[in-house]
Amino acid sequence: MDFLTSILTITIRAGTSLTIATIGEILTERSGILNLGVEGIMLMGALSAFTAVFYSHSIAIGLLVAIGVGGLLALLHAFLTTTMRANQVVSGLSITLFGTGFSSFLGQRLGPVANNFRLVGLRAERIVPLAPEWVKQIPIISAFFNQDIITYLVYILLPLAWFFLYKTRPGLWLRSVGEDPQTADAMGIDVTKTRYLYTILGGMMIALGGAHLSLSYTPGWSENITGGRGWIVIALVIFSMWNPARAVWGALLFGGINAVQFRLQASGTSIPANFLNMMPYIGTIIVLVVMTWWEALSKKVGAPAALGTSYMREDK
Amino acid sequence: MKFVFEKRKSTSVPALILVPLISFAVSLVLTALLLAIFGADPFKTYAAMAVGAFGTSHGFAETLVKAIPLMMTGLGVAIAFRLKFWNIGAEGQLTLGGVAAAGVALFMERYFPGRSLLFAALFGGLLAGALWAGIPAILKTTLKVDETLVTLMMNYIAILYSEFLYYGPWRDPKGYGFPGSRMFSANAWLPRIMGRAHVGIWVGIALAIILWLVLKRTRWGFELQIIGASQKAARYQGIAVERNIILAVMLSGALCGLAGAFEITGISHRLQQGLSIGYGYTAIIVAWMSQLNPLAVPFVAIALAGLSVGGDQVQMVMGLPAAMGVVMQGLILFPMLAGSLFTEYRFLVVKPEPRAACPEPSQE
Repeated sequence: MDFLTSILTITIRAGTSLTIATIGEILTERSGILNLGVEGIMLMGALSAFTAVFYSHSIAIGLLVAIGVGGLLALLHAFLTTTMRANQVVSGLSITLFGTGFSSFLGQRLGPVANNFRLVGLRAERIVPLAPEWVKQIPIISAFFNQDIITYLVYILLPLAWFFLYKTRPGLWLRSVGEDPQTADAMGIDVTKTRYLYTILGGMMIALGGAHLSLSYTPGWSENITGGRGWIVIALVIFSMWNPARAVWGALLFGGINAVQFRLQASGTSIPANFLNMMPYIGTIIVLVVMTWWEALSKKVGAPAALGTSYMREDK
Repeated sequence: MKFVFEKRKSTSVPALILVPLISFAVSLVLTALLLAIFGADPFKTYAAMAVGAFGTSHGFAETLVKAIPLMMTGLGVAIAFRLKFWNIGAEGQLTLGGVAAAGVALFMERYFPGRSLLFAALFGGLLAGALWAGIPAILKTTLKVDETLVTLMMNYIAILYSEFLYYGPWRDPKGYGFPGSRMFSANAWLPRIMGRAHVGIWVGIALAIILWLVLKRTRWGFELQIIGASQKAARYQGIAVERNIILAVMLSGALCGLAGAFEITGISHRLQQGLSIGYGYTAIIVAWMSQLNPLAVPFVAIALAGLSVGGDQVQMVMGLPAAMGVVMQGLILFPMLAGSLFTEYRFLVVKPEPRAACPEPSQE
């Protein structure tokens, strides 16, 4: 494989978990629910997928378990913020705090006796790239096809989510709930049901992003395997201005930063590793500032108008 | 029969006190279920935790050791949250405060003779925290950049920077490869009161009372309260919203920075690994359980510190992962969030009247 193809392959692989989680969070935020629990849900998705694959030896079961766990955590967030009208920021933060602690606890408890109940350091089946051997020989092109099933799923989900949001009736309903729940309600759309549905769906996709980490990108379980990716996802949602079609650019940019960082580290640069590791975080801040500034200049509002607010018919 | 939530005219005081207590109880029950699933006796575990955290003088001192940073960062987070500025950067502000305090104590001894070195180090930590928090505050007030993300990203940057220092230029050459700086002069050590617990506990309690007074009794506190309730209303009244937010957030960062300076000057006496162990995140739980009231922060901080020390104890006595304490801390927030509905709404059961289309308005 030539240099460019290898960089591109790693970039797409690194971007997969970010993109799928970003699409999920876009759907959730489009309904007006801000879910800051992404980091926690990704961690729980990574842990549950790895554990399930380790014991069942089936990738399919691992992915299904992760989807279930992600859906449950998102259901909790939907219940707290929609039915109990809790503060969305704090509810999301608690999901992340809980997910971080619980995944660390389970990681020291769900392992086999032989490993002192730990999951760290164990190996399980991985999701392998699907492409046949002859495709891997084609430069550049092979970077897109020499990928695993979750990346392929992202290829399908990206246009699908865009089409759904902007070209279908349920997509229009979803956007109207996030923009103006009062009007949506008056038009006969069930605001509560919509918010539950897309928060749960979003949670499932976020957990799949986590599963991709522990089953493919960095196979195995380690505490805080996400390393802040969940928070980068929230930045990517802003970066993409809540449009799934744009999610891919942000994810590729950050996947690219990761890839460059690895290459630099491998090449033995004189920049200390700590400063290289700061790159994604500094990058996020810069992108965020530029995007916010640009949005203000061009007077474009990307965020759903009702994002972060709870809706209660009786309050009117 | 129909269930209706009706908004209260003012927040319910019994609910303000009861909801955190009930949430604590619910988290105990949920964790007991979890323990039972993993084959541990919940009662034995809780007894071990309680004894470990409060039963011995060593345990109690360790609980205070953890309560001090939780108290300081909890106060800091509470101030920012009152303004709906979601500062989740307490961890980074604490880390940088610790770095600055260590820097002063290690390299500025000749400028600050005797005990003044301690005060210089503490002030350095406070300043570093305030400036680090000032960046997201200015970005938020001038460009409307989302503060949750910026404060969180800055945590990673601060922690990586501190690692760079104690693995790199500040590393003790005589430290046998141990990642940490050399120990600094005893002039910069905070006096201890019990075990490793230091006078920071008194500072924390005093600051809680002072902050409460500032928020409730001064003009500035009143202005902050209006900004927190509605920025629009504050602007109509001629309050300088942006300047006040920046000041309050820098105060929030200063408290977190001071927490880090306390860790360095009171506990480790050097910059080393283990400064950033999540106090800044637990601070969010402390602030929210205190209902953002500074007076409640010391109590909640001691309770949560007890869970954490008790969790360590359980690891030693019963072989359960110490992360169990963290899980319990996380579990407290969910019933707490669900329960906050009852402080602002009352729950009514309405019997449908025949022929009446709408539920009757309540009497109050």
